[in-house]
Amino acid sequence: MTSEQTTSKSAFWEGYRDCAPFILVAAPFGLMFGVAATELGLSLIQTMTMTVLVIAGAAQFTALILLEEHAPTLIILATALAVNLRMAMYSAALVPYLGKARGRTKLLLAYFNVDQTFGVASVRLPVELQWTVAQRSAYFIGGGLAITPFWILSTYLGAAFGAAIPPEFSLDFAMPICFIAIIAPALRTLPHVLAAVTSVVAALALSWIPFSLGLLIAAAIAMVVGAQAELWLERRKS
Amino acid sequence: MTLDQTQIWIVIAGMAFGTFFIRWSFLGLLGDRELPQWALRHLRYTAVAILPGLIAPLILWPSGTGGEPDPARLLAALVAFGMGMWRKSALWAIFSGLITLYAVQYLLG
Repeated sequence: MTSEQTTSKSAFWEGYRDCAPFILVAAPFGLMFGVAATELGLSLIQTMTMTVLVIAGAAQFTALILLEEHAPTLIILATALAVNLRMAMYSAALVPYLGKARGRTKLLLAYFNVDQTFGVASVRLPVELQWTVAQRSAYFIGGGLAITPFWILSTYLGAAFGAAIPPEFSLDFAMPICFIAIIAPALRTLPHVLAAVTSVVAALALSWIPFSLGLLIAAAIAMVVGAQAELWLERRKS
Repeated sequence: MTLDQTQIWIVIAGMAFGTFFIRWSFLGLLGDRELPQWALRHLRYTAVAILPGLIAPLILWPSGTGGEPDPARLLAALVAFGMGMWRKSALWAIFSGLITLYAVQYLLG
């Protein structure tokens, strides 16, 4: 079948197939989140509500850590949502391809606009320019439906059975390991590395500031360092 | 430790609405308006600017040992970080980190 003949249905399954490998990445995070949330004392309903409505591992782990530190609600929300701000960038990048979709479809597209679906779609959509908006939407939603059910299921398994895992397995450390697994592969460029180093140094140096506010200040400084390093590298190249 | 149930629900609701709004923002509301270069340049670094600072204290002073630095956890963090950077893979980081953690704990008794 040539691409011109691709119907919405087959576009859906192509999206599903393209995103399926990322189930392997999402599932361990879901499992770990379920375990960590239960460990902290969230109920099964709370854990599942968060995982279904937020679908963003890094932000969910962030909220857990700050809840444990008894940070004020506003600081928790500001920090967790700041972690998710990158998705505004995804949203903007999808406009040329999906901006003409129906309003209700866009609600669904937004719900599925996670790291993996965006990453996969941002490679494929620019190649398949002959696709209709309906086909593009179907492709994106197919990707979302590949990953999200496994994300939810793995969180459930972690939450339901995590409590049965004995303390010898040091599950308190599952969360830091998950974060390392998110950060390390993301350190692709020198500005990314500088931003990460700044984040650690500034967060430790500012940890005396009450209400976990030091972290937000450290993050702001680290973002500026990353952006400035990028500018400096660009200028040096030209 | 007891957590404030109301706070948990407010955090869940706020994160749900906030995250959805961020994902929907340009697609549903702002349309073709382009993000200015300076904004993109900073947004690229949000995750790496927040997450390392958030976990550094958890690695240096883990809650599982009551805040005492722990060689098994430190080594596990280093291995996970090195493998994650080298293989550019989250899975490698998770599994190598956990294996190191359990191996060192086993060896140290």
